Amino acid sequence: MSLQDDIARLRTELTGAIAAATDEAGLDAVRVAALGKKGSVSALLATLGSMAPEDRKTAGPAINGLKNEISAAIDARGADLRGAALDARLAAERLDVTLPVKAAPTTEGRIHPISQVWDEITAIFSDMGFKIAEGPDIETDWYNFTALNFPEGHPAREMHDTFFLQPGPDGTKKVLRTHTSPVQIRSMLRANEKPAAGYLTGAVEPPIRIIAPGRTYRHDSDQTHTPMFHQVEGLVIDKESHIGQLRWVLEEFLKAFFEVPGVTLRFRPSFFPFTEPSMEVDVQCDRSGAEVKIGEGSDWLEILGCGMVHPNVLRNCGLDPDVYQGFAWGMGIDRLAMLKYGMNDLRAFFDADKRWLDHYGFKAFDMPTLFGGLSS
Amino acid sequence: MKFTLDWLKDHLDTTADAETISTALTAIGLEVESVEDQGKALRAFVVAHVVSAEPHPNSDHLKVCKVDAGTGTLIDVVCGAPNAVTNMKSVFAFPGTYIPGKDFTLKEGVAIRGQVSNGMLCSAAELELSNDHDGIIVLPDDAPIGVPYVDYAELNGVVFDISITPNRGDATGIYGVARDLAAYGLGTLSPVDGYMAPVASVGASPIAPLPQQFAPGEPKAIRKFAGRYIKGVKNGPSPEWLQRRLRAVGLRPINALADITNFVSLGWGRPLHAYDADKVAGTMVLRNARPGEKLDGLDNREHELDATMCVIADDQGPLCLGGILGGERSSCTDGTVNMFMECASWDPDEIARTGRKTGIVSDARYRLERSVDPALTEPALELATRLVIELCGGEPMEPAISGDDVFPNTIVEFPTSEVRRLTGLDLPEARIIELLTRLGFVAEGAGTTLQVKVPSWRPDVTQKADLVEEVMRMEGLDKVPVDPLPRLSGVAPRMLTTMQNRRRVAKRVLAARGLDEAVTWSFISEAEAKRFGGGAPELKLANAIAADLSDMRPSLLPGLLAAVRRNENRGFADLAIFEVGQVFLSDKPEGQHTYATAIRAGAAPKSWQGSAPLSVFDAKADLAAVFDALGHDIGKLQLVAESPAWAHPGRGGRVQLGPTNIIGWFGELHPAWAAELDLTGPVVAFELDLDAIPEPRKKPTKGKPALKLSDLMPVDRDFAFLVDRAVTADKLLRAARNADKALISGVEIFDLFEGKGVPEGQKSVAIRVTLQPTDKTLTDEDIEKVSTAIVGAVAKATGGTLRS
Repeated sequence: MSLQDDIARLRTELTGAIAAATDEAGLDAVRVAALGKKGSVSALLATLGSMAPEDRKTAGPAINGLKNEISAAIDARGADLRGAALDARLAAERLDVTLPVKAAPTTEGRIHPISQVWDEITAIFSDMGFKIAEGPDIETDWYNFTALNFPEGHPAREMHDTFFLQPGPDGTKKVLRTHTSPVQIRSMLRANEKPAAGYLTGAVEPPIRIIAPGRTYRHDSDQTHTPMFHQVEGLVIDKESHIGQLRWVLEEFLKAFFEVPGVTLRFRPSFFPFTEPSMEVDVQCDRSGAEVKIGEGSDWLEILGCGMVHPNVLRNCGLDPDVYQGFAWGMGIDRLAMLKYGMNDLRAFFDADKRWLDHYGFKAFDMPTLFGGLSS
Repeated sequence: MKFTLDWLKDHLDTTADAETISTALTAIGLEVESVEDQGKALRAFVVAHVVSAEPHPNSDHLKVCKVDAGTGTLIDVVCGAPNAVTNMKSVFAFPGTYIPGKDFTLKEGVAIRGQVSNGMLCSAAELELSNDHDGIIVLPDDAPIGVPYVDYAELNGVVFDISITPNRGDATGIYGVARDLAAYGLGTLSPVDGYMAPVASVGASPIAPLPQQFAPGEPKAIRKFAGRYIKGVKNGPSPEWLQRRLRAVGLRPINALADITNFVSLGWGRPLHAYDADKVAGTMVLRNARPGEKLDGLDNREHELDATMCVIADDQGPLCLGGILGGERSSCTDGTVNMFMECASWDPDEIARTGRKTGIVSDARYRLERSVDPALTEPALELATRLVIELCGGEPMEPAISGDDVFPNTIVEFPTSEVRRLTGLDLPEARIIELLTRLGFVAEGAGTTLQVKVPSWRPDVTQKADLVEEVMRMEGLDKVPVDPLPRLSGVAPRMLTTMQNRRRVAKRVLAARGLDEAVTWSFISEAEAKRFGGGAPELKLANAIAADLSDMRPSLLPGLLAAVRRNENRGFADLAIFEVGQVFLSDKPEGQHTYATAIRAGAAPKSWQGSAPLSVFDAKADLAAVFDALGHDIGKLQLVAESPAWAHPGRGGRVQLGPTNIIGWFGELHPAWAAELDLTGPVVAFELDLDAIPEPRKKPTKGKPALKLSDLMPVDRDFAFLVDRAVTADKLLRAARNADKALISGVEIFDLFEGKGVPEGQKSVAIRVTLQPTDKTLTDEDIEKVSTAIVGAVAKATGGTLRS
């Protein structure tokens, strides 16, 4: 039998075995049987050494050709088998990706609209250089009324529907603050009586620019009044601030808050014991539809009270009203939230109904900033 | 306060229409609440003849009426008014008519207890003409059938309703409103001289000037009392023009004398009172009420009086609560023959105090507590006298006057530059003087500072800022130029204090962990407050709005638990909510702390990926997350395995910073309380006192220490210990970690097991210790050495042994 015959036979044999291999292990067995140390092709290669140089010249390329051919066929078959195996695995590993995943907590939790609007107001006034001042909910009559120029027995006191606490050992009754205005007094007194000592906030150096958001209380309850609600007070004290600047601050704030290019405000003379001149402010709006649209329309909506800080209030805080002056305003945080986000029942704010919170609440990372937008 | 355009025009000569007047009123601070064209609103109501009114077959109080409304056919109407009788004239509304007082539109052909009713006979309240619900309107027999009622009653005027701020007593009369409008440039004020001039008397007053009997130091509400005895009057219904006036602004005509008092009160803001002089027993005096005295008031109620309240009394006791309410005993009736008219001045503060104490709301109190023009005491009495004689006849006696009015006669030093200083608006001095003069102020003096004399009707104006407001009101606030507030610095400084920022962060972290933010009442029930160590008397409301909202909350948990309860009632038992808000540990400012408190209740959400039931560790994780987010090192928190009172005694803990500073609690709600609240699922909660976390020491931003990274691989070693059940994980972990502080970089518990293979009363705790070499790779020997140290440390601390 000639070498040619051997090569032809081995080729046929091995090609058949390669084709017949059904997995990588079987193919590897073929590889060992052919190309391994004791493999059939290796054995043939080993015969080259004992050949005459003449014969080797023709036999060498032929045997090496066979080796390369079989090696390539094994690789090719191996690739096919691996491909098939991967296909089979992929088919077996198919998942129903439409299955719902566990909800991330961030999709569930909600920030209450009061906190959200609180943060929105904070963001806007922060840009105007205001700080936040705070005071206690339980106030003395002096901070809540007397220092704010409410004369004893004045009907304006009665308009406040005050909650009183049980009288203390000395017979005086503390009150739940009926407005955030006592924080004006606390801030001014602190500015005046350096160094500061007191509650929550540090010393406020004149010029004073503060906002004071907080809880307030009135003995009242219906769809638009709850015994507890939230107000934000603003106070600017220096030696020159006047009504023209008050108008600017309020216009800029309302524009930024309602995210509209312009607002039209109507200032009406009014009365508050702690400001003089006093004004109420209406904002132009459209109330024809289901929701109130600010910045358009022909209706007016009362939105806040304001004025120049009353000289008696400045005096009560030890400031000379001929030297110092400034303005203050107060508005309802809950009311601003209702107007901006379209809630109509104030009572629902304090009911903690999950359905309401989920509907009107805000996501944890929906943080109002001026750089990212107040509402996303 | 309501008034009609017609009435206003009695005092103001103007060509301005209702809309112009309305805009002007609002612009000068007399805020218009509504402007109603009565003719338009009530045009559909017609005069009708009740041809018959028979008892309803199926009702004791209803009547079946046949009504002629001028349509040519009789209309069947069921009527519930007790005064509906055959052959009367009244006011009728056809089906389809909107009834303003009831806020509904009448339907066609309704059956009331089986009887058809095609329309409605109306009361004055149903037309919103007054509060009179007592029956349907009764019209004179000659009222023309089928004619619109507004035309017949001449109710076709425009009615303004304005709200008057507490400082503007001068505007509680239509005359005062006209004076303000005239100053604003909307017409000319009509003079009062003619009708307020003195009326000649026919003789001495049978009632002497009322002695003012007050001891020194006693509260004294009366200032000046002016009275006039008018002999031989003939009382009865007032003339139609007067009745119409009163009806148009919602007042019910009573009789001529009473109507005159209302007319003067509304018209000039000077409340009067009419006594039937023949019903006065003995001497009329002014004094404070005596203990136990009562007044049978014109409001049909009996009022208890006390020694701070000034009364007009006779020998039998109080006739009238001064400045507030008249008494029934001396009231004028149709039979009154001799009457005594009062026009008095009172101390506004005393009137306000007595008003508040008694809770009486009256037109007189409304005006007198805001103060009235003292210059009008006698002129208004003259006017009233004139009206009585005109409408009821009679002869006036000499006025009986005691006491004195108080005229502040204020003169304000007014630098005109104040206008610019407070408003930013530049007004020439001449303009400022013009505006003040129009309002009745007298400006004198030259140069930059004026001496401004305040008119008698504006006691509220006492200083410079008040005058600036007057100038602004008249000039118009829209004239003030908008002027930017200058920035104080380039980049705004930090706005929030640490505490304010803590609240913000705590809220966002808890929301990010899947909890909804709730805002609940600051007050809770006494029982709930006491459960949390609250309920102190000084934290109790004296006038709570409801019995279960009586005490300032010492904890946010009761409010949140109540919210869980409400949600469960609505079918939402699985809930995760939190509140970051104030609690009240005392009534002092420093007793108000901010807590972050969260509750998880019910079942954990079910998922095909598996879910762990709610446990106390969820609450602990929430607490830890907030603490961490506030920028604090969780490793510094000390955990004491002692439950707060509200928690299951074996499933709760306390967290502290240091041995005494308690900053929070967590736990599973005590089963007894859960049962009390009828909560079905497990409830876990935490409370964190944000105020108890110390402020970071104030330092400017500082760099962080350099980061040291080892090139050497960390090595993990696992150990399983058998320890007594009571041994805390904290103790075991601490022991392991401290076995070699330099080498051990972390210790985790990765398995906990009790049961088969573990002796009774013991548990298996498996930990993984991470060793981080720093200078050389660890040899087997090194690892063996540290492992021995760990086992030894754990054994020493816990008595635990390595599980084989």
